[in-house]
Amino acid sequence: MATIKIPPVLRASVGGEKEVGASGGNVGEVLRALATSHPATEGQLFSADGELNRYVNVYLNDEDVRVLDGLDTAVREGDTLVILPAMAGGD
Amino acid sequence: MSPSGAELLRRVKSQIAEVDPSEVKELIGEGVAIVDVRGSEEFATGHLPGAKSIPRGHLESRIEGAAPDRSAEVILYCASGSRSAYAARTLQEDLGYDHVRSMTGGITLWKDRGYEVEIPRALSPEQRDRYSRHLLIPEIGAEGQQKLLDAKVLLLGAGGLGSPTALYLAAAGVGTLGIVDDDVVDLSNLQRQVIHDSSRIGVPKVDSAEESIRALNPDVNVVKYQTRIDASNIVEIIEGYDVIVDGVDNFPTRYLLNDASVRLKIPVVSASILGFDGQLSVFKPYEGPCYRCLFREPPPAELAPSCGANGVLGVLPGTMGLLQATEVVKLILGIGEPAIGRLLLYDALGATLTEVKVHRDPECPICSRDPEEITDEELGVFPDYEAFCAAAG
Repeated sequence: MATIKIPPVLRASVGGEKEVGASGGNVGEVLRALATSHPATEGQLFSADGELNRYVNVYLNDEDVRVLDGLDTAVREGDTLVILPAMAGGD
Repeated sequence: MSPSGAELLRRVKSQIAEVDPSEVKELIGEGVAIVDVRGSEEFATGHLPGAKSIPRGHLESRIEGAAPDRSAEVILYCASGSRSAYAARTLQEDLGYDHVRSMTGGITLWKDRGYEVEIPRALSPEQRDRYSRHLLIPEIGAEGQQKLLDAKVLLLGAGGLGSPTALYLAAAGVGTLGIVDDDVVDLSNLQRQVIHDSSRIGVPKVDSAEESIRALNPDVNVVKYQTRIDASNIVEIIEGYDVIVDGVDNFPTRYLLNDASVRLKIPVVSASILGFDGQLSVFKPYEGPCYRCLFREPPPAELAPSCGANGVLGVLPGTMGLLQATEVVKLILGIGEPAIGRLLLYDALGATLTEVKVHRDPECPICSRDPEEITDEELGVFPDYEAFCAAAG
């Protein structure tokens, strides 16, 4: 089981939680598990062709999965995934 | 019998290594720590180029600021070579510095040889008082304070993030603060925008901010831009600034600022806030990633609450704005480890700070290219964002 940190804009889609647990052997599987248990997140995470949306960054622990193996990056028990869409509030 | 002063000096000199001014002259600018152990008034009358001032009475407590590595070479000097000899023995015997030498004949011999002397611009007595807590920190001192006074920092927005940033940078003595904001003060701003006050509702934010800054520190020159930054004016506005503080509330301006600042190679200290969460990073062109390396594309409107008014804990822009101000000061002084290549995520409710790595994107449409290749037409371009925001109402 990995822990997924949910950004503010997605929290409404997971019942207001800041962290959600999900299982899977790699980043893609964990995120798919999240989308299955919280369907409202699916369109926000994945594009129609099943790829991660370009405006969503995902970090395994503190590393950007784009410099690892992307959605194929292996996830171990106890790892943390950070989902991070860009945020522009400043006012 | 106790030795005479002259005898003691002879003994001390026999226990330490000395160096002739001609050799020191060759070492200037080579990364060797050169420390002036005279009093600060003597230092102010002129010193060796690049020398750090640590009066002998403060040697033990401040030397690590100038020479943190005890195995590295350190050269001490004073007026004639006596005080620096005692100081060298202290560093060698008591603090374990391995390669410390005292300059023969001090700055008097240095000057007799006709070598270059740097005369620091002196802080006024009032400035010495005002910035005294900076002057006491070895990493800042009079030299660092002068850097702050010479620095030009541009704040995009005198709102939630810009308010605390501007106030603290002004207090710190940043000499020029440019402020870009086309808005006027509204009652709903005052829950967080602490540079404004209840008597200034309806007043342009740039004017209100200027008034607060002037009242806090008359050393600061405020340059006001009562306008919205866009592709037509951005280069003209940001050119010449040393650091830019990005606190803008929308993606188009963030991308525009990124592209223009990369082209002009100006570092941007960026933060954003929403609800109880904040993000911060420093984008230093060509040394670290840029905003486009971090976020290739802006999110669609439904995931981008920047399009309209959103709730935010009033204290949060204070926290994030002051983290920004801290990064600005570090960049100006060249100290510490700025948050380059790192994104800090602050969760106010959880009281946690998480950090993730940000890498330069070798395919970045902007910073993978030379600055002169970035054209005016490309600045801030990305897919249909304004249409998204318009659709979101």
